[in-house]
Amino acid sequence: MTDATFSGAVPRQSLYAPDEGMRRRNAAEARFRLYGLIAVGIGLVALVLLLSSVLLNGASSFRQASLLLDVPLDAAVLDKAGDRDPEKMKRVTTIGYGKLLDTALKEMIASKGIVIEGLTDKDVSDMISKEAAALVRNRVLAHPDLVGQTVSFKVLANGRIDGYLKGRVSMESAARDSNVSPNQLRLADALREEGVLIKAFNWLFITAPDASELRPEAAGLGVAILGSAYMMIIVLVLSLPIGVAASVYLEEFAPKNRWTDLIEVNISNLAAVPSIVFGILGLAVFINFAGLPQSAPVVGGLVLTLMTLPTIIIATRAALKAVPPSIREAALGVGASKMQSILHHVLPLAMPGILTGAIIGLAQALGETAPLLLIGMVAFVRDYPGAPPEGFFDPASALPVQVYNWTQRADPAFVERASGAIIVLLIFLLIMNAVAIVLRRKFERRW
Amino acid sequence: MNTVKFTVSAIAMAAAATAADARDQIQIAGSSTVLPYATIVAEAFGENFDFPTPVVEGGGSGAGRKKLCEGVGENTIDIANSSSRIKQSDIDLCASNGVSEVMEVRIGYDGIVFASDINGPEFAFTPADWYNALAAEVVKDGALVANPNKTWADVNPALPAQDILAFIPGTKHGTREVFDVKVLEAGCEETGALEALKAAKGEEEGPKGCLTLRTDGASVDIDGDYTETLARIDANKNAIGVFGLSFYQNNTDKLRVATMGGVVPSTESIASGEYPVSRPLYFYVKKAHLGVIPGLQEYIDFFVSDDMAGPDGPLAAYGLVSDPELAATQAMVAAGTPMGPLN
Repeated sequence: MTDATFSGAVPRQSLYAPDEGMRRRNAAEARFRLYGLIAVGIGLVALVLLLSSVLLNGASSFRQASLLLDVPLDAAVLDKAGDRDPEKMKRVTTIGYGKLLDTALKEMIASKGIVIEGLTDKDVSDMISKEAAALVRNRVLAHPDLVGQTVSFKVLANGRIDGYLKGRVSMESAARDSNVSPNQLRLADALREEGVLIKAFNWLFITAPDASELRPEAAGLGVAILGSAYMMIIVLVLSLPIGVAASVYLEEFAPKNRWTDLIEVNISNLAAVPSIVFGILGLAVFINFAGLPQSAPVVGGLVLTLMTLPTIIIATRAALKAVPPSIREAALGVGASKMQSILHHVLPLAMPGILTGAIIGLAQALGETAPLLLIGMVAFVRDYPGAPPEGFFDPASALPVQVYNWTQRADPAFVERASGAIIVLLIFLLIMNAVAIVLRRKFERRW
Repeated sequence: MNTVKFTVSAIAMAAAATAADARDQIQIAGSSTVLPYATIVAEAFGENFDFPTPVVEGGGSGAGRKKLCEGVGENTIDIANSSSRIKQSDIDLCASNGVSEVMEVRIGYDGIVFASDINGPEFAFTPADWYNALAAEVVKDGALVANPNKTWADVNPALPAQDILAFIPGTKHGTREVFDVKVLEAGCEETGALEALKAAKGEEEGPKGCLTLRTDGASVDIDGDYTETLARIDANKNAIGVFGLSFYQNNTDKLRVATMGGVVPSTESIASGEYPVSRPLYFYVKKAHLGVIPGLQEYIDFFVSDDMAGPDGPLAAYGLVSDPELAATQAMVAAGTPMGPLN
């Protein structure tokens, strides 16, 4: 400091009146806070953009257009032998059932007195989803005595008609669209007025399996949700005990030397390895070497277990470290063995932290797609996997994989489906993270 | 003790995992162009037969064929979808892994279309236009020069004066192979660039020059699928994209299709051979798996049946150009004839 600063008559100020330096410091602090606010703001804007785009695109997938049809199940078509034997009735394929549905809709249009200029037979039959014939066929084969009666069915409407009710398809776009005609949209309007075409909550989106590109309206998440659930069960059952055992040994028993340091560095490294690497490993070890089936949740679960382990080990070790040494010493002091002190005192106290780590690891695994690409889970799977444990070996899909699959499809109706699947995935993630927070809040102890 | 129990059960599970039971569903992988057709057939197969629905994976033609040739057994796939013909290297790989007999099934033809934003101008292309627009070196006033063309009007005065921007499939796509052969090589020859290139670089290197594209950003490789190309066109309204016919038919409200050599692409013009840019689609069946994997023979019979692959079937409705020689394919599939050596 030079004297120059203090030379001259500096008027003494009150502490309450801010001087130049104070003003600058206050301004700097205000700016500092502003930077933080801006950072939070950017994060929030990104979140809002993401959520709103997903919700805007995907919310409509939870409602679906259906047709209420009275279908005369003509015995002459469905059961030529006339003995109601399901084995013989199986010879009638969905093509035959599709024709019955077409006739039913045509009769419905005639009976309601709907007249639309230039409406062709193809226009009428294309109103009904191709999935509908399979639904009717399965019902008839399960209940052969229905043949000969007229039965009411609620069948899905074609994806473009559904798009029209949701505002995705308009008269202008239909005129240019080779898959739908304006006449069909006029018919849809008329059927809607008569209460034949309805829009209702779409349970099938949650429960139905995937569908091909000819029937986007029927595609659902059933197989994907089951596959994801199976994988999470495997990940939980394998990675939690292995992770906890490894961390307890490393934290409580292992001597501190080069080897344990090396292991520690490698565990942290593994946590940062790109997930596709685990997929390559899974393909080589579990499928090519161990001979496990492709596309099966068991392989997906094993691969994701490897991926989740480091996360769980790191979280568990942090939780174990947070238990004060006094607890261990007190236990040992009253004559407990090391194992007793760990199992009776240290682990229960560390449990909230361990569970939080495990749930966050699971949530991460739930949203993982890349490793599943290589083990054949990014596939078109329509049959539900069986009940566990055999079901672990059946082919299945997974939620993030389903999103990836649907974004690649040509039909624009799948855009909505993909966003809907993201919403379902986000809901699962939200639930898991909320459970983690609740556990932490409720049971965490601080010393 | 819980931890101990958990660990034991975990180890038991891992042990049980190695004793997986026999596979009862068909597994298919390969071309993403054939994928939608295969899923349509798989879905109908699962509905109408007592066998489980086949599991169909994408991944690309080359990857699918490689997987097919990994060996024989339940852990390997049964069918590889392919949008280009199998290569000798694949056959060699198959042979070295004990996959001796493979059936080649041609399911139909697929057209490749050139389309732009629906609100843009009309385009009528020839292969020569595409070569002059995209190649690194073109013939101008009788000499081979680096491509100077900025707009489509520079290429051909009949075309609109719109900046050249083309989204073409990346080199890993089977579609690119067809684009290279049917458009670029044809255009190369037509414009006389092939002769000039051969004169400049020799008989060996010259033809390769036909496929060397300009790198100034006018030609963009899309490694993703057609949905990505569509999204890019949505963002760049003056771009032209390369699509499969079926993809275009599902998005006719967003895309305007260009003619090639004066022919509008449609299932009819491709079937008749008028539209020049088309290719056959195949799948390859591992013969050793017939009779082992339940339903495999039924599935391939069903795939090539008139109900599915015929001109009025669902595959044609989705954009497949039905094979005029389908009856021969049906007979071949029914007889289980393995493919002969490549010619």
